[in-house]
Amino acid sequence: MFVPSVTNPIGDFVRELVPQVAAFLPASLQSDTLNSVVAFLINALICVVAVCLVNIGSAPILIYMERKVCAHVQCRLGPMRLGWHGTIQTVADVLKMLFKEVYAPSGADKLMFYLAPLIVLIGPFIVCALIPFGRNLVVADVSMGIPLIIAVNGFGVLGILLGGWSSNNKYSLLGALRSGAQMISYEISFAMILLFVVMISGSTNLMSITMGQEGTIFDWWVFKIPVLGLIAFVLFFISSTAEMNRAPFDIAEAEQELTGGYHTEYNGTPFAMFYLAEYIALVTNSALATTCFLGGFLPPCIGVAFIDNYLNMVPGVIWFFAKVYFMIWCYMMVRWTFVRPRVDQLMDFEWKFLLPVNLLLLVAGAAYIALVG
Amino acid sequence: MAEKISFFQYWNRYLKRCITGPWSLLCGLSVTLKYFFNPKRIVTEQYPENRKTLKMHERYRGRLEMIEDAEGNNHCTACGMCERACPNASINVLPTKNIAGKKVLGRYVYHFASCTQCGLCVEACPFGAIRMGQEFEVSTTDPSTLEMILNKKEGQG
Repeated sequence: MFVPSVTNPIGDFVRELVPQVAAFLPASLQSDTLNSVVAFLINALICVVAVCLVNIGSAPILIYMERKVCAHVQCRLGPMRLGWHGTIQTVADVLKMLFKEVYAPSGADKLMFYLAPLIVLIGPFIVCALIPFGRNLVVADVSMGIPLIIAVNGFGVLGILLGGWSSNNKYSLLGALRSGAQMISYEISFAMILLFVVMISGSTNLMSITMGQEGTIFDWWVFKIPVLGLIAFVLFFISSTAEMNRAPFDIAEAEQELTGGYHTEYNGTPFAMFYLAEYIALVTNSALATTCFLGGFLPPCIGVAFIDNYLNMVPGVIWFFAKVYFMIWCYMMVRWTFVRPRVDQLMDFEWKFLLPVNLLLLVAGAAYIALVG
Repeated sequence: MAEKISFFQYWNRYLKRCITGPWSLLCGLSVTLKYFFNPKRIVTEQYPENRKTLKMHERYRGRLEMIEDAEGNNHCTACGMCERACPNASINVLPTKNIAGKKVLGRYVYHFASCTQCGLCVEACPFGAIRMGQEFEVSTTDPSTLEMILNKKEGQG
């Protein structure tokens, strides 16, 4: 009989624990098949709850953070009234969003209209499941991690195109088409950079990519390969910003031109899901950058044993989230500083600059590995 | 639309943009970073909470008021320049005669309801007798309080 299982460290723990607990049950309930099915269900439940907690729990924090960063960049204070420094403001906003009436415009394709926000959410959730948050904290430790991430990122384009098309609104359609063109273009350089990481680390498994950076801070992929690593990191930053549809590449929802882009017609919960997808994508892309370039959950050791001992005492999850939030802060600073390029300039930048530089980078990386590594 | 340039020129421009583009972005980023890490740059006010300590900027133009010394004397000579400068007739300078028969200020009537706080009267005054006040909570529920007489004393001339 086929017994499903998720290969991850928590799963191993659960699989060991379940037979021990089952020993206390009556004999009629004891069988290896039943044990493994129960272990699988418990494991799956833990994994789903963990992924949802990380994703949905971080969204209100990010909304609050975005408002505050935006405000301080613009010499303002941001939300200050509700709770201490406006902390409950996000909760109020989320509640308002959830209690709104949900309706579709007349002439809209209802099925596609309500399917689109769900499809947008698929990509970030799957990516989140692949990322190692700590030495034993990974939901799916698959060997083809990076190709899978590149593959599921395509769901974002699909959802946005569907949402814009089914809205029966010309602004939505325009926004969706523009954003589709943009995301497909930038996905190429996004994939190229991830391939560069795969090439230098020699593995597509995210866990072994992280463990390949063990040691001091200079063993991280940003610094380990002189100059090339830094260039790759900057290119990853640019292409992932475009991939997430965040400013300065927010062609998809250029408010001044398109009234809102692909989600013009959405309101209430479906709109909240688009919003959520945007922020979860921010988390997962930052987590990906952290894993691939900034040493994942490894502490930033500097090679001095006295300090390193203290740094190693802090759990890996905390280092991971510290790095992720630093990356998110970088994305936000970029968002509130730079101006949006025109559509043709955006395409120029990808096809005339990013892609050639990416190809050169791959060649240079290969040469570096052949000569030095 | 595209001008004719040689491949060499195109290549030169391309390389130049690769340097100047990131540099200009970094310049912009340095400004926002400066703002972000310096809370003193914040210009917005938390108004109802800090109404006790809130001070307006010097250039703020509130209600028109007369510059008076401790005894309530003013510099107004009832020349009427402000009345003429006022674009919507919010000022009526009513002169009177003192014992010596000289024209002095009797009542300086100010219609706050029609005043737009443009400050032209202050610019027009040759004697520096009036200024725009710093008070910012000027709304009222009683329209009759919007007609006011600014001078406490008659002018000395």
